[in-house]
Formats: sequence, structure tokens, C-alpha cells
Amino acid sequence: MSEFFGSPHALLILVLAGFLPNEIWRMAGLWFGSGVDEGSEVLVWVRAVATAILAGVIAQILVQPPGALASVPDWLRYGAVAAGFAAFILTRRSIFAGVVCGEIVMLVGKWWLG
Amino acid sequence: MFFITHCMAALSCCLLDAGGFGQPYARNESKSHRSQLALPPLSSSSWQSPLRAFAWGMSSVASTVLTLVLFATYLGIGALAHDSHFSLGWVLGSTLLVWAGPAQIILISTLGSGATAVQAAIAVTVSAIRLFPMVVSVLPLMKTPKTKRRHLVLATHFIAVTLWVECYRLLPQVPRERRIAFTHGLGCGLVTVCMFATTLGYGLAANLPQLFAAAILLLTPLAFLLSTARNCNQISDVLALVLGLALFPLVSMLHTGVDILISGIAAGTIAYGVHWSRERERA
Repeated sequence: MSEFFGSPHALLILVLAGFLPNEIWRMAGLWFGSGVDEGSEVLVWVRAVATAILAGVIAQILVQPPGALASVPDWLRYGAVAAGFAAFILTRRSIFAGVVCGEIVMLVGKWWLG
Repeated sequence: MFFITHCMAALSCCLLDAGGFGQPYARNESKSHRSQLALPPLSSSSWQSPLRAFAWGMSSVASTVLTLVLFATYLGIGALAHDSHFSLGWVLGSTLLVWAGPAQIILISTLGSGATAVQAAIAVTVSAIRLFPMVVSVLPLMKTPKTKRRHLVLATHFIAVTLWVECYRLLPQVPRERRIAFTHGLGCGLVTVCMFATTLGYGLAANLPQLFAAAILLLTPLAFLLSTARNCNQISDVLALVLGLALFPLVSMLHTGVDILISGIAAGTIAYGVHWSRERERA
């Protein structure tokens, strides 16, 4: 069993650096959000901020790519995402078409670069 | 500046039109890439039992392409954990407890690269801030006047980008008093799929080529961008997405450590300001 879970120290780090930092924000949302009404103006602002933070996370992965994604040149990463977005719009908002198109552009680009 | 605002307005109009403004999800069921699974009508007696609602939620996992994206993402997370010498139990625990793809990628890669637990905790905390407004915006959809806070704890834990997007799409088709049970089903289904994917990715890690790993990592931004764009049904949402993408690279030059937070709040507030002034003009 100890081999499956690893050291207790690693599990402690998982809880302190992984679980709690996420759960705190979720529970804070539960605590402070309970007075908010569906359709209220505050909610429009809150949703705009959530969307913009998510946009920031997307931009971060593209601008400062992690791991193997860093082996893909900048222009190809941006181009693949732009192509995926174009496919998404052209297919009347099909996420599937957009994701597939973006991935194909990236893979073909990498293959072409050798 | 005038030009930019106009471009954005034009862009947002095209986004909104493409989805059929006002009823963005009305056509979902007829889409060919979605499975044939259709929820029973709101008045159906099959919504009487919470257990059936839970089962409907769980089977809705099969109705979204985001499940596939999650599957691939967690395949990647399993592989990343294996290569960074974490145990299988540890990474499965992180999928169950953390339940946020980017946070897990950040946690594993920062710890794996030798950063201290404190540094990893700070990086994860900043990336997790987005969960707060997501929870605040989605919970009102599930509440009835009788709902107590503790009834929402598990549903709150399941909230991450996929559930956030799917709740907006699916909950309007679920009677209000069954929405929590439905969300529990959806959450349990997604977690189960991802636990499986994590295990599979962990096992396959040694055999995954680098190109495949890059493709998996590109999935997260692609799927996040498109599913958020799909969820945009107000001008403030569209502007927030566009401005959020544009502002982050600028703010990141400041190297504050909380770049995402600064660009997010700034972009979100500007977007709300535009919405507010348009509402006032209309009134």
C-alpha cells in the first residue's frame, strides 16, 4: 500500500499545495456567493472576471508553454489555436471541429518542420 | 481606441450571431457531433426520483466532447506524474482532490522541477482564483429557496471549467429541485472517467512520443478557449474573453507573480463597464 501512495510527506504536500489552494476558492465562492441572485448585475461582473481569468490561463499556457509544448515554435502554437477558433466559428460553434482542426494544424506543422 | 472598440463589437456580434443570440443552447440536441442522448422533458415523471436525476447526470458525461478532452488531458497528467516520479496513488489522489487540470499540471511540473512546496502552493493558489467566480456564478442555478449551504458542498467541489460550461448548457433542461442530484451525477461521472485516464496515462507514460505529449498539452488552451467562447451569451462575456487574452501577455511583462489575477480583474471589469454603459444607453 505504501508503494501505491508513496511517502506520507508527498501526500501532505498534495493536500497543502494542491488540494487546499483550490478548495479554499471553491468554498469561498460557496460562502460568499450564497446571497447572490441569478440574473443580478453583480453576477454579470463576476462572470466577466471568471471568463477573463480563464482567458489569462489560456494565454499563459500559449505564451509560456509547459513541458513538451515548448518544443512547438511560437507561431505554430498561435496559428494552431487561431485555426481551431476559425473552424469553431465556421461550423457554428462546434467545439469538436475546432479542437480537431487546431490539433491537426499543430501536428502537420510539426511534421512539416521535421 | 475607437477603432479597437468597434472591431471588438463586430467580433462579438459575429460570435453571438453564430450561436443564435438569446437561445444559445436550443439547438444542441440536433447537433450531429453530440450523442443522441436527450434529457427527458421538464414535466416528465422520470425527474421525480433524485436517483434517476443522478443517473441522468452521469450519463450526460457521454453527451459532450469535453469528456474526450478531459480524458486526453488526464492521460497527459498521468504521464507527466509518472515522468516526474510521483506514485500512482499520489496522482490519483490529486485528480480526486484537486480536480482542476491546470492546477495539477502546475503542481506536478513545479514540484517535479525541484521547487519548494511553498512555491508550488503559491503558483497553484493563483491559478485557482478563477474557481471562485465560477462557483459564485453557477451555484444560483442549482439553488431552491430550501437549499442549505451544506447541500452544495460536494457540487461545489466538482466545479471546474468543464462542469461550469456543462451546467450552463444542461441545467436549464433539468427541473430546479433535481439540479443538485444531476450535478452530483455529472461530477461523479467525469471524475470516474478522469481517474481511469490518469491510471492509463501513468501506465503508458514510457511509450508516449514527445509529439503526442505536445498535442495533449495544446488541448487545454484549445478546449478552454472554445468552450468559454461557446458559453459567451452576453457582450460582457465576449469582451472579457478577448480582453483577457490580450491583456495577459502585457501584464506578464511586469512579472508580479499574480499576473493572471491582475489581467483578469482588469479585463473583466472593463468588459462589465461596457455592458453597464450599453444598458444605460438602452434605458
